[in-house]
Amino acid sequence: MKKRMNDKLLILIFSVVILAFPLILAPTGAAYPDLMQRFAIYGIFAIGFNILFGLTGYLSFGHAAFLGVGSYAAMWMFKLLTMNIFPALILSVLIAGIFSLLIGFISLRRSGIYFSILTLAFAQMSYNLAYSVLTPLTNGETGLQLRLDDPRVLDTVVDAGSLPSTNLFGLEMKHVFWNPEILGYNLQFNYGFYVCAALLILSFYISVKIFRSPFGMMLRAVKTNQTRLNYTGISTRPYTLAAFVISGMFAGLAGGLLATMDPLAGADRMQWTASGELVLMVVLGGSGTLIGPVLGAIFIRYFNSVLSQINEFTLHAWFSFGPEWMTNLLVSIVDPFVGEGWELTLGALFMLVVTFLPGGLVDGGQRVGRWITGANRRAAKAREA
Amino acid sequence: MGILEVQNVNKHFGGLHALNNVNLSVEEGSIHAIIGPNGAGKSTFLNCLIGKLKPDTGSVMFQGKAVLGRKPHQINQMGISRVFQTPEIFAELTVMENVIIPCLAHRDGAFRLNPFKNLEKDRDIHERAETILEDMGMKDKMDMHSGSLSRGDKRRLEMAMCLVQEPKLLLLDEPTAGMARADTNNTIDLLKHISETRGITMVIIEHDMHVVFSLSHKISVLAQGAIIAEDLPDKIKGHPKVREAYLGEAEV
Repeated sequence: MKKRMNDKLLILIFSVVILAFPLILAPTGAAYPDLMQRFAIYGIFAIGFNILFGLTGYLSFGHAAFLGVGSYAAMWMFKLLTMNIFPALILSVLIAGIFSLLIGFISLRRSGIYFSILTLAFAQMSYNLAYSVLTPLTNGETGLQLRLDDPRVLDTVVDAGSLPSTNLFGLEMKHVFWNPEILGYNLQFNYGFYVCAALLILSFYISVKIFRSPFGMMLRAVKTNQTRLNYTGISTRPYTLAAFVISGMFAGLAGGLLATMDPLAGADRMQWTASGELVLMVVLGGSGTLIGPVLGAIFIRYFNSVLSQINEFTLHAWFSFGPEWMTNLLVSIVDPFVGEGWELTLGALFMLVVTFLPGGLVDGGQRVGRWITGANRRAAKAREA
Repeated sequence: MGILEVQNVNKHFGGLHALNNVNLSVEEGSIHAIIGPNGAGKSTFLNCLIGKLKPDTGSVMFQGKAVLGRKPHQINQMGISRVFQTPEIFAELTVMENVIIPCLAHRDGAFRLNPFKNLEKDRDIHERAETILEDMGMKDKMDMHSGSLSRGDKRRLEMAMCLVQEPKLLLLDEPTAGMARADTNNTIDLLKHISETRGITMVIIEHDMHVVFSLSHKISVLAQGAIIAEDLPDKIKGHPKVREAYLGEAEV
């Protein structure tokens, strides 16, 4: 057997790193709760997508639809039942599962590009329906929001003057429970992030399990040679459908979590650009690897937040070292790549990674690792000689 | 009655009558060869047996059960495995994984949702796969990437993938195509060995007369979509119709 890191150790390291995010990320300026929650949520989204795309090779362009459906489902629970996120998340996963079963059942009749187009079409249909026919359910353009007069049958009315906030059995998601000052950084530990982190670790664990199971092996076989698999006595459709539904449920969970962070669900979450971004995350990080999707998700979310915050003023401040005409020139060159145009930078980065690191960031990490160990070995040889 | 009974199978491709009332009876435990010139319909016939093509008319019975109308995976689950002309393997996976997959299909059936089972701890599957690889002389290559195997090894791997399923009927489509003489002889010995030790019935399509006559117990000759002769190998050599239709091409 090929040498591989022990799975238990891998999960342990992953958990420790994720749980220590508020500390680890402090020097990067990314350690504020909202962004870290997004890291975890999109990590879950990407892990789920990787089970479909990374293992079976079926490239879905419609997973944002399941994310959106998850958000709507969670919002309805907040409006009708309770602000406790537990039932909301359960419903998100369930509804997204049913929804992906329907879409998957039809889309998986085709493979390759036709499958991708079908999923894209379904997602766009959902997006348009959310704006038109389904307005009573989705509240159209305004998006589904909390209102003071929502029933919330399980919650007791405490303060009728302001909107209630999401909680997990009383622990308020936004509440910062620890706010220490360590090494000069003001760290914020809030419940919301830890709920998302726990679910991310659970998702990662499930993904490791699936990768090592006979089921996962069959999914991999689908990717390499579906013809052979059929003549080997395997009915491939149930396998691909199961993978599709599992990844749809992960997307639903991610959508539900987005709603717990900010109780609002809009149709723009279902747009095809959101599906495209998901594909970018997984490919950028390394599709078919365990850790890659999470890395890709964090990478893209981080660049999104950092680059989109830069505006002309910050640029002027950066480039103020030279004469004014030079500053203006530099600013006008860099400006289209930041702020609103951060996706331009993302696109360029994506092209670089796909061209030079086809296996994504994980591939890059392994190359660096090999280079270091190779260098060590060479050094050891040199010492022996 | 044989293990495989083919009756009045017809297949048209547009105006081409690819299979014309084909009848075939394969005896259990035997090696039955189907020979014929290029374009005689040999591969079409084989594709009809595994569910890749559906004949226009006729019936195919395997152990008394109808084969036609079933999907490829269902036919395989009945106990029919196939070796392709160009080896069909899982090229991105290791040799071991290639054998594990059919082994799982044989043991667990066409679909099983077991995402929380650890495959590495499944000793039973690994033992079965290792035994077959050892039998096929490929145990030392089990961790290799199967896509990087030589052509001959890919064939042997595909054979191992079929054998690990303990099939009752093995269909072989030109198992020695493109092989050197020595490799061909090895394959002949291997197939003989499999037939003798495991008692697997084989239907083999082959161009190479040397292979056909050293292996088969019975030969059917297919020409222009129809069976023109069926007999023991010695008798086929002297059959006038066969000479006329086929053996003009090569000395036998």
